[in-house]
Amino acid sequence: MNSLTPIISTITAAFLASFVEVVEAFTIVLAVGVTRSWRPALIGAALALAVLAALVLVFGPLLSLVPITLLQFVVGVLLILFGMRWLRKAILRSLGVIALHDEEAAFSKETSLLQQQANDRRADYLAGVAAFKAVLLEGVEVVFIVIAVGAAHSQTFYASVGALAAFLLVAVIGLVVHRPLSRIPENALKFAVGLMLTSFGIFWTGEGLGADWPGADLALLAIFAVVTLFSFAIIRWFRSPAPSSPGKPA
Amino acid sequence: MKILRAIVQELIGMFVDDESLALFAVILIAAVAAAVKLLGVPALPASLFLLAGCLAILARSVHRAAR
Repeated sequence: MNSLTPIISTITAAFLASFVEVVEAFTIVLAVGVTRSWRPALIGAALALAVLAALVLVFGPLLSLVPITLLQFVVGVLLILFGMRWLRKAILRSLGVIALHDEEAAFSKETSLLQQQANDRRADYLAGVAAFKAVLLEGVEVVFIVIAVGAAHSQTFYASVGALAAFLLVAVIGLVVHRPLSRIPENALKFAVGLMLTSFGIFWTGEGLGADWPGADLALLAIFAVVTLFSFAIIRWFRSPAPSSPGKPA
Repeated sequence: MKILRAIVQELIGMFVDDESLALFAVILIAAVAAAVKLLGVPALPASLFLLAGCLAILARSVHRAAR
């Protein structure tokens, strides 16, 4: 159980985080494919994947040169910043303070932009660039997530498996439904990912500082539970109506 | 060049959304690291303080945005 905890949590975190990013990239590639043609969409996406693969091949081996405690600390700090940003957004979306991310709206926006460019003689090129940019930008986040959740415990392989599974699942669902994946509970996924990445971040920053967590890797689950309970408490606190002043009618 | 700028913006945006949340988190982590490495504070209590501090920073950030 103790050795399975980091593997399962690494695969789950990489899968869920990558799934959200791949869905966002898929929406744009689909918009390009449907509005213009599949050639620029697939060429743009393939080129972006090649650039991402090159980034991983160039920078991946450099990580093995960094001492493990320093790597854990740096990755932990980045994951705290990254995870808390996701968690904050997910909480604010749950509270209705900011709007939910809408894949249908993103698809419509990209489609209308491509239609405006339809008469441009560079229309195919612009469509390809749109697909390239979407896959590259969302892919950079996936690469970071895979490296971050995998590197600190030498589990980049398991993190890659999680990310690849997310990519394949979105591709299969996308091929079947052939429209934006708007029914995916994206905010719930982002909430879960924010909780996991923040917990990973705190755990590894602690390890990087030399903390001997009680229960070793199982402490990660305890941190996750604390962060989860606190996040739900925040939502409950801000959802509950402000108490009325004494003497005033309710 | 435009794509390069977009990548840099995306990289920064990955970690910084609410500037004060990122700033307070970095200050907290730096303070905890300094306490452990320079003052000899045991790493486990310092890490538990880090956990509590992160949650407090998150609550403050949500409170500010929800006001």
